[in-house]
Amino acid sequence: MPIKAITPDYHGDFRDSVDKFRGNQIVNIHWEKHLMFAWPMCVPLPPTTPFGALIEGVLPGIFGAHPNFKQIDWSQVEWKTSKGPFKPDPAKSLVDNGIGHKTTISFSTPGLTGVNGNAIC
Amino acid sequence: MAAEGNAKPAKKLSLKENYALLTRGLGWEPSYEKQEEIFRNISFEGIKIHDWEKWEDPFRLTMDAYWKYQGEKERKLYAIVDAFQQNNGQFNVTDARYVQALKIFINGITELEYDSHRGFSMLAREFPGVGPRIAAQMQSLDELRHATTQIHTISQYAKYFTGMNEFPYQFDRAWYLSIPKSFFEDAVTSGPFEFIVAISFAFEYVLTNLAFMPWMSGAAFNGDMATVSFGFSAQSDEARHMTLGIEVIKFLLEQDPANVPLVQKWIDKWFWRGYRLLSLLATMMDYMLPKRVMAWNEAWEIYYEQNGGALFADLARYGIKPPTRAPETIAEKGLVAHQMWSVFYANRDAVGFQMWLPSEEEMDWMSEKYPDTFDKYYRPRYEYWREMEKAGTPFKNTTLPQLCQVCQWPCLFTEPNDPTTLSLRETEYKGETFHMCSDGCKDIFDDTPEKFVHAWLPVHQIYQGNCFLPDVDPTAPGFNPMYEALRYMGIKPGVDGGDFKGSADATNWEKWTSRPANIHEGAYTDAVRDTGNQSDVARKAV
Repeated sequence: MPIKAITPDYHGDFRDSVDKFRGNQIVNIHWEKHLMFAWPMCVPLPPTTPFGALIEGVLPGIFGAHPNFKQIDWSQVEWKTSKGPFKPDPAKSLVDNGIGHKTTISFSTPGLTGVNGNAIC
Repeated sequence: MAAEGNAKPAKKLSLKENYALLTRGLGWEPSYEKQEEIFRNISFEGIKIHDWEKWEDPFRLTMDAYWKYQGEKERKLYAIVDAFQQNNGQFNVTDARYVQALKIFINGITELEYDSHRGFSMLAREFPGVGPRIAAQMQSLDELRHATTQIHTISQYAKYFTGMNEFPYQFDRAWYLSIPKSFFEDAVTSGPFEFIVAISFAFEYVLTNLAFMPWMSGAAFNGDMATVSFGFSAQSDEARHMTLGIEVIKFLLEQDPANVPLVQKWIDKWFWRGYRLLSLLATMMDYMLPKRVMAWNEAWEIYYEQNGGALFADLARYGIKPPTRAPETIAEKGLVAHQMWSVFYANRDAVGFQMWLPSEEEMDWMSEKYPDTFDKYYRPRYEYWREMEKAGTPFKNTTLPQLCQVCQWPCLFTEPNDPTTLSLRETEYKGETFHMCSDGCKDIFDDTPEKFVHAWLPVHQIYQGNCFLPDVDPTAPGFNPMYEALRYMGIKPGVDGGDFKGSADATNWEKWTSRPANIHEGAYTDAVRDTGNQSDVARKAV
């Protein structure tokens, strides 16, 4: 049922549509079972960013302080979005990997689940 | 003279007559404008009112009596505030750590009192019934009084401590203050009936006991005479507001059965929104009070599970059910305070108050209060962070969060029954993705996406380049967007936030009072007199 408002057909403008981000799109990245980083990290990136550049150039700056980070075997990492699991092609862009504006990417690292195996750490 | 002598004195009105004249007698029937032209905002929400005269004034308070009572309370309060200031009462609180909680209060809560004043002014204009208009007018004045008295009581602290001198400026800009701001602006921009159900019932009646009972007891216990005097002064107003809240619900439900589903929907929405806002209180109670009165989970049991349970049992006869998302609040009562403190700590350089890790003794208190969750999940996290501090590489998060489109908290909450998995929800609406922190917030978005698509989410605003002062050149070499965004928000990086130890507040406190700035850690500096206690002895030995 539509909202009840004084103005007929009231509708707010989309404040965060992709055209407002100066050529970037918003990507949120969450490392599962490592809740020391306690929220999905929101970063603006050009849609043409290769997925490999995300892994090599962006993630270390965000998650590098975690002792598990250096131990990650990236070939074993499992990736997913709200649409389900996916296998990224590192050479292709975010968009070509199906990562659109405001997509949240979650990744899990088999065998690595936080400091001393405590998933919130 | 003779004529005057013969005149009988005017008959003294009975209380009942006086009351009738000074409330209902103040209204009139319009003769040259249509009723619906005067009260234009009363029908669009779909609430049906057949007889405004059925409104029972819960307090039988007339305006003249109102001014008299409020005037007396003000005189008492300001006498205490004077004494507090003249006696340097700001140094009688437990320690400077306590003052960090006051920063959240003045920056995040006081403005809500002012917004509430605005909201009730609108109701006083919009309701056709005289009874509720007068009640709304009184509450509007109460809320304005609460805003001003809070500012006056806390202003003394602002002379001695950082982070409290820019509160109206920060409220409109600081990234985490969009949480309370968006809460109240959602209410104020609703129709008059949704507003009064949201604020008078869901917030004031069901939830604010949590703020007024344990929090004000905490202020008293920690020697904060200014805040607790404000609390006492506001208490009788709050009692009146709560009674208004329950009267509103009964009136709406009794007027027409068609009102029941609308009221239920608003209760579901505003219970959840109020709860999410008050989660802040969870961390203030459990982590910020140096001397604690009760834990958040205990407060939630008493003030929601027991009191709220009885309330909703009582409302069942109207067909009203407990809020749909109440079970989640109960399931996560052992989690929220810890999740929130951890997030504040990790992001301490980006907030306007200082942070610390809980001491061993404090963690023991939490183990006792939260036997199912603290030792298993949160203690190891704090112990690890403590090690990192000792190693000289303290943990800091430096990346901005994904925010909830509705409550505007970062998506930091976990599934209510699984502290190791974030509760991430999203909706695709007209081709765009929107994120929510919980099922409660997703319910709200999905019901009225039209209202939430244009939420001012600070993180996205920063990335759109809308949070820099005019003197900033984003193309200049060395441009630091986070530093500049904080400056825009009125937060002085390195002064207002950061680590409590070594902060100006902690150092000044020890210099001015010769007492430890954090009673749980012993002295930070040599300014603290040797009291013979173990931490001082240990420090001197080092």
